[in-house]
Amino acid sequence: MFATAKRLRASGVLGLNERNANFIMRLNPRRLYPRVDDKALTKELALHAGMAVPDLYGIIANQGEVRRFAEIVADKDSFVVKPAQGSGGDGILVVISRSQRKRDCYRLASGVLISKAEIEYHLANIVSGQYSLSGNPDKALIEYCVRFDPIFAQVSYQGVPDIRIIVYRGYPMMAMVRLPTRASDGKANLHQGAVGAGVDIALGETLTGVLKNDVVDDHPDTGALISGLKIPEWDFILESSARGYEVTGLGYLGVDMVIDRERGPLILEMNARPGLNIQIANCTGLACRIARIDEIYDEKAKPAERARIARREFSAERQISIF
Amino acid sequence: MKQRYVYALAAMLAVIGLAVFIYKWQVLGFPLTENLEKPVWTIESAIKFDSGPGSIKVNLHIPTLTPGFRTLNENSVSRGYGFALNYGSGGREAQWAIRRADGPQTIYYRISVFEDDTSEQADTTPPFPPQPVINEPFRTAVDVILADVEDHSADTASFTSELLRHMNDPSPDPNVELLMSDVEDDADFVDIVTTMLAAARIPARMVRGFELDGRQRRANLQPWLEVHDGDRWRYFNPTTGEENLPQRFLVWWRGNESLINVEGGSNVHVDFAVQENHLDAVAIAETRSAKQGVRLIDFSLYSLPIQTQAVYGVLLMIPIGALVMVVMRNIVGIDAFGTFMPVLIALAFRETKLLWGVVLFTLLVALGLSIRFLLERLRLLLVPRLSAVLIVVVLLMLVISLMSHKLGMETGLSVALFPMVIIAMTIERMSVVWEERGAADAMRAGGGSLLVAMAAYIFMGMSWLEHLIFTFPELLLVVLAVVLLAGRYTGYRLLELGRFKALADN
Repeated sequence: MFATAKRLRASGVLGLNERNANFIMRLNPRRLYPRVDDKALTKELALHAGMAVPDLYGIIANQGEVRRFAEIVADKDSFVVKPAQGSGGDGILVVISRSQRKRDCYRLASGVLISKAEIEYHLANIVSGQYSLSGNPDKALIEYCVRFDPIFAQVSYQGVPDIRIIVYRGYPMMAMVRLPTRASDGKANLHQGAVGAGVDIALGETLTGVLKNDVVDDHPDTGALISGLKIPEWDFILESSARGYEVTGLGYLGVDMVIDRERGPLILEMNARPGLNIQIANCTGLACRIARIDEIYDEKAKPAERARIARREFSAERQISIF
Repeated sequence: MKQRYVYALAAMLAVIGLAVFIYKWQVLGFPLTENLEKPVWTIESAIKFDSGPGSIKVNLHIPTLTPGFRTLNENSVSRGYGFALNYGSGGREAQWAIRRADGPQTIYYRISVFEDDTSEQADTTPPFPPQPVINEPFRTAVDVILADVEDHSADTASFTSELLRHMNDPSPDPNVELLMSDVEDDADFVDIVTTMLAAARIPARMVRGFELDGRQRRANLQPWLEVHDGDRWRYFNPTTGEENLPQRFLVWWRGNESLINVEGGSNVHVDFAVQENHLDAVAIAETRSAKQGVRLIDFSLYSLPIQTQAVYGVLLMIPIGALVMVVMRNIVGIDAFGTFMPVLIALAFRETKLLWGVVLFTLLVALGLSIRFLLERLRLLLVPRLSAVLIVVVLLMLVISLMSHKLGMETGLSVALFPMVIIAMTIERMSVVWEERGAADAMRAGGGSLLVAMAAYIFMGMSWLEHLIFTFPELLLVVLAVVLLAGRYTGYRLLELGRFKALADN
């Protein structure tokens, strides 16, 4: 037991307690949390900073506005409904099309058809706070449904694969691609069964994946090889994530991005308490990279420069000996 | 920086907690274990006499300095008598007085004592006694005997022993015989020895008391000899000359005055009855500390009304449950619903006992969950839905209680003790997790909650721990210190070792 702990410590693996006590509590002041916990606010801040985000169709802020739903999505065939203060991807509804005959029948990413009444019930639940972190009343966002770039088509089962980048004091330090599976019900959350694939920061190429704490080479549903995929516009992605630090002020930040077929990389959301499974996906501990960033930290560096430094510093070759 | 504050604060709390704990344990004698009973002897002296025509005044010697014993309490029972406490040469004297009394009178004086080795005699060193006035021919006899004894002894102790041996010689020499001619009982004998020691300039006095041994209807006062060797008082057996004090010898009074003196009464009898009881060591420690004027004891939980004590007996274990919670979640890494839900469940387990608690809890949550899924179809808004779940939980409790009562299983009735609001919230949380993350996650978190609740129950139910915390609530400061330290624990959680196994194998 102690031997395992010692080996983990030696390979720089960050534990939950250490993450919470030494990084989140120190670098993420609580007053800044609303900037990431309220997705409506995140979107506003990101837009203000000139970052690309999915278009917002409308916000439903109270029960009375639920009936505005039909009006908001009037001419949209696909859209996403999400709670502004949801956590871990809970409460997100992805509508990809509508029934041909009946306009008020919606097809979800999973293929299921649901009625307008069902969506309205879901909206009412969101507004009453069922999915919010604190249980307080919430807002529901209705926004552009990302049509993801075919790059990950072979290694996703429905849903939208996204890219999670952990940014430490403004420097992108580790990244992974989260690939939905049948088990995760099209959601890109690792604890729901999505596959996480490590990313070589230097090259923007995927490494092996991790499924429920185990290392995997192939996608469990499609069987395609996960590693070796080249992520397009990697420079832009890294720079956007680095800019997340300026936008939120959080020193320990998870930035989630998606690549839209037409609009390119978009910031989906940001997270003040990003999970630790990214370490398994990358077969690397976060602690070493944190130590390296603390060494080279430069207050005045611009996001683009920080992204460049991250590419220089965090190439996977150094840790690649296991392959 | 913050780390250091936490360590300093934790250390401070732990030191304060432990210091008070050790003081109460070692100095005030609070017992570490439960149900520790100490024997307590109650000695009752009944004074009986026939009253005379005039006013009556009764003086009774009562215990003052009692080596090996401490007084728990004392009281007197008399009808219509005024009571006063005086200090005489032989120690304390109780005085009862009445202007007029008719017929036979009885006055009781009762004292309860318990053994305490640390009780020393806070006695003063006596001055050298004045040369007693002894008439001839006794003077010569005393001188001869003392001279003889002095030749055969080295110090005060051996002098006393030798003198007693000499005086108790079965074939006494004429000098001893002469001195013993007036001796009627042991008390007279000790009195003479005391006088002889005084003649040798050795401070000595007679003590009278009795051996406490179980229950005695009629205890007899035994005279004993006390000799000061310039340093401390020593005790000698007057008949054998050995230096010792009998086991559990309670000194009643000292000196050669008589036990009782009744003015205005006749036919005086004093009977001593001894009764041995067993009393909780906590009560003894409290009484004793109160007598010593220790303010700390005013804040003892034992001073609260019994009902409140029972409440605190339970409440004080909640921090222990919280500690278990902290360990299970932050050090082991088990998932559970709600922060303190398992602790509250564990509280309910106290009444239901573990097996039934687990069965009832599982039953309640399972039934509640299935009904919650039915409610889901009705598409209710959050607050009404939660209220509906709460009402369903109450109804389920009722049904379980009634069913188990009909089946003759009375343990089922205790289901009513589960915190229903907490259960309702658990059911709600669990159903949401079930829908969003699947049954496996819901089961895991539910099982985790139950596991933590069981662990908390086991620790909160340890009766020795309960006694320890109740008697020494300051130990909660130590618990607080541990929790603070756990708050800065940045090591891996136990379950993370498995989670990151792949990384350790590199």
